Amino acid sequence: METLFFTLVAAVAVISALMVVTCRNPINSALSLILTFFCLATFYVMLDAPFMAAIQVIVYAGAIMVLIVFVIMLLNIRSEAGKRYTHAGVIGSIIGVLLLFLTLNFLNKSTLTGAHGGLDTAIINKVGHTEIIGRALFTDFLLPFEITSILLLVAIVGAVILSKKKI
Amino acid sequence: MLSLHSYLILSAILFSIGTVGVLIRRNAIVIFMCVELMLNSVNMTFIAFSKYLGNIDGQIFVFFVMTVAAAEAAVGLALMIAFYKNRESNDVEDLNLMKW
Repeated sequence: METLFFTLVAAVAVISALMVVTCRNPINSALSLILTFFCLATFYVMLDAPFMAAIQVIVYAGAIMVLIVFVIMLLNIRSEAGKRYTHAGVIGSIIGVLLLFLTLNFLNKSTLTGAHGGLDTAIINKVGHTEIIGRALFTDFLLPFEITSILLLVAIVGAVILSKKKI
Repeated sequence: MLSLHSYLILSAILFSIGTVGVLIRRNAIVIFMCVELMLNSVNMTFIAFSKYLGNIDGQIFVFFVMTVAAAEAAVGLALMIAFYKNRESNDVEDLNLMKW
């Protein structure tokens, strides 16, 4: 049952990812990308990470994709003119297939070490996923968390300066 | 229970699709979306490893990747709007000012 569900959602994810690449209209690409994000959120739920699924939907599908769709509509980008044959298309596809082949080859040869950190489904259900994330974030990862807030501040300032009239 | 390999293979496929998109598309915003796709496939690898190794650190990394992606989206889209205002185009082949 779980395997069947995984296969179905994985097929939807791969097809919509292919549509992101192949659609001529950027709006269609953006909507396919949102579908891929929802499929990934489903996988996060299957992997016992409900908090990650929630912020995948809220931050990625909600905030970032709305920003992208907004910019596409603001700039009024039309569909790309259909070009029959490009070297970039062929070479890019060959490189992509080679990359996939290399990764799968690497995956086939590798095994897990067997070391286990002790976190399992029972603990996640008992304590709560958000609480576990919060504890790790505010104890072990406090410095990266603070640096992230500085990064966001810099990004806000950068975005404001870049969208000034004269640049 | 599904094996770790099925998740890793799926995320390898998604990453390769994203790479092909970055290489063959010309529209800067579509390239940006393909980069987001690659980031997401890596996120799924992190979460799958986090589950199968029983360690929460992978999910914290996903949290940081999402934050960086949000910052990247804000700055990148502002750059694209500035570029469009100057050149009336969103095509990466018109971005050749620094080409040698």
